[in-house]
Amino acid sequence: MDLPLVLIGREKNRRVVTATDSAARAGGLRPGMAAATATALVADLDTEEHDRAADAAALERLALWVLERFSPIVAVDGTDGIVIDSTGADHLHGGEAAMLQALVERLAAAGITARAALADSWGAAHALARNSAEPVLVAPPRHGMAILRPLPVEALRLCRETSEALRDLGFSTIGDVLAAPRAPLALRFGTQLTRRLDEACGRRSEPIEPLRLPDTVEAQRNFAEPIGAAETIARYVGKLVVQLCAELEERGLGVRRLDLLCRRVDDRVEAVRVSTARPVRDVSRLTRLLCDRIETIAPGFGIERMPLLAPLAEPLSPHQRLAALTDEILPDVSSLIDVIANRVGADRLYRLAPVESDVPERSVRRIPALAPETGETWRRDWPRPARLLRRPEPIETLALLPDHPPASFTWRGVRSRVRAADGPERIFGEWWKRDAELFAVRDYFQVEAEGGERFWIFRSGDGEDRGTGSQRWFLHGLFG
Amino acid sequence: MSSAPVPMIAPPGDIESLRARIDRIQGGRRRAKSALAFGIDPLDERLPEGGLSRGVTHEIAGGGQNAGDGPAAALFAAGIAARTRGKVLWCLSRPDLFAPALAQVGLAPDRVIYVEAKDEKTVLACMEEGLAHGGPVVVVGEVARLSMTASRRLNLAAEKTGCLAILLRRWSRPNEAADVGRPTAAATRWRISASPAAPLPVPGIGRARWRVELIRCRGGTTADLELEACDETGRLAFPSDLSDRSAAPPAERALRRASA
Repeated sequence: MDLPLVLIGREKNRRVVTATDSAARAGGLRPGMAAATATALVADLDTEEHDRAADAAALERLALWVLERFSPIVAVDGTDGIVIDSTGADHLHGGEAAMLQALVERLAAAGITARAALADSWGAAHALARNSAEPVLVAPPRHGMAILRPLPVEALRLCRETSEALRDLGFSTIGDVLAAPRAPLALRFGTQLTRRLDEACGRRSEPIEPLRLPDTVEAQRNFAEPIGAAETIARYVGKLVVQLCAELEERGLGVRRLDLLCRRVDDRVEAVRVSTARPVRDVSRLTRLLCDRIETIAPGFGIERMPLLAPLAEPLSPHQRLAALTDEILPDVSSLIDVIANRVGADRLYRLAPVESDVPERSVRRIPALAPETGETWRRDWPRPARLLRRPEPIETLALLPDHPPASFTWRGVRSRVRAADGPERIFGEWWKRDAELFAVRDYFQVEAEGGERFWIFRSGDGEDRGTGSQRWFLHGLFG
Repeated sequence: MSSAPVPMIAPPGDIESLRARIDRIQGGRRRAKSALAFGIDPLDERLPEGGLSRGVTHEIAGGGQNAGDGPAAALFAAGIAARTRGKVLWCLSRPDLFAPALAQVGLAPDRVIYVEAKDEKTVLACMEEGLAHGGPVVVVGEVARLSMTASRRLNLAAEKTGCLAILLRRWSRPNEAADVGRPTAAATRWRISASPAAPLPVPGIGRARWRVELIRCRGGTTADLELEACDETGRLAFPSDLSDRSAAPPAERALRRASA
């Protein structure tokens, strides 16, 4: 068992707890507590000096990782967070919720417990991530201030003096602050409070200054006259890609992620990210991918600077396409894969590969569309249905136990008489996966109804022992 | 007044040149003319190029009790794709296709790239993208609704590259089923429904049997056949009990083919 751990830092002249782990939190320790109190409260306490510089460096490394994997606009938010502008990148991950989920899962796999929220403004997302997300929260679009009202005033990113003073005056939630007249608040606390409120509800824009990876291949162009028309953007994208590809060629690289940042005159950044399945250095392909996404750019009053960056580039060397004159060249589909992946998301584009499992729903796994061909296939000894229902549907049957197929069954209100049947094909539960499957058995039958339709039905259990299943019948698939 | 009588029957040479002209007008831009034959004479004879033409759209729907899910229609499409070489792009919005069944009709898992689109509009857009690219040999899409405009767009995209486009019509609501009968720009329209298989002398079930209906065929005629379902190479066959009766003995057929 690990000892509870806290980090101790110096704040003015006091030594205070700056961070706690979950075991220490369970013991009642909170950040801000005096170090002496903490050691007195919990007997076996592991304390470490808080190294703020190392913390900041690690957070920045993490932000760069997010930049590479998830979104073109990423910055460090305070001392404990990362802010991400997901516009223009969430389509690659199958939507906003899926993207957040993937992000939190990837971080968890790396041993980092993270919470994530997505909202209309930086301020709102900051507040929700720290107070409401468990561990993921996607606020509805145009949520306004209503969603923030119940949150504590600390969530507004105020300096400590201001939030403590607010607490002293009896303001505990953001709703309390919003209910109070604005002018006296501004007079008492300065403009910081009203600015933070405006930023949280999106009345005041707050540009994110994106992090940059060192040594990124980039091309950029400044415009004396801001541009806005889609055709103009497309023309300059074409020029930038040519420039970028020349640079890539010099370094022997191909891009996997390509970010087009459009800095608008009002200081906002519109971003477009495209990703490719394999390193690419082909001007026309990259231009095509970027131009497909131009419609998502909102130029506002015009774009004045357009950098094109390649945050993830990999070595690309010429390779041999055919070994003998007699080989047939099959057309390359990787450019098509990229176009479609940037439209529907890379996880929705896949090949299916066999898995060594007798349980039908586990016998298929998704692999990337361009994964190397293995030539593997499923075993052919038993027929498999063309359509497999998402989950088996219960049917009412008339059947002799234990080994007979049903004489008739009713599925979705339609009764079918069975003309002929094949089976049973007994499938045992995979006890190494779940305890519940230790004795589980399914007996599958292929049955043909009077009209010739064929169904895949199974009985849960072996027909004799209740321990092997409920002995009820299910329909699992439709044969062609 | 008398004038020379108009000949009722044009000389054969004129007919040929007219046919060639009509062909040029209809599909002059079509690059790949090689059609994909079924190897079932009564079926291939009805199709204008002696098989499924490439570079056009073909529409396949299910029939009978499971018409909406169309498992037989899906396997029919998979069987067609299995008889080609190269990649197959399969666009769908409801991922309930079971890949082992496709492998059992000869469509190897390495060949099929699935696109799981969030709606039917995206399915059609992805199909068009695939057809215009020309990399995949066959592009399959599963849709319920298909407008004339959408099918025409697919035809145009397929025409440029010579890809074979297959539209699998499937539906879950009755009003969508009504939409399936509406005219589209597809070159052929098929309905595949299950049919009772020949009874075996022992308990069990044999090879599945389909009723294959060619409902519409541009430049050809319709057909309605009872056939055995795709085997492990994606080929259909005559039911053994029928072929003994109607088709010519195998030796004679081989001779005829050799002389053709």
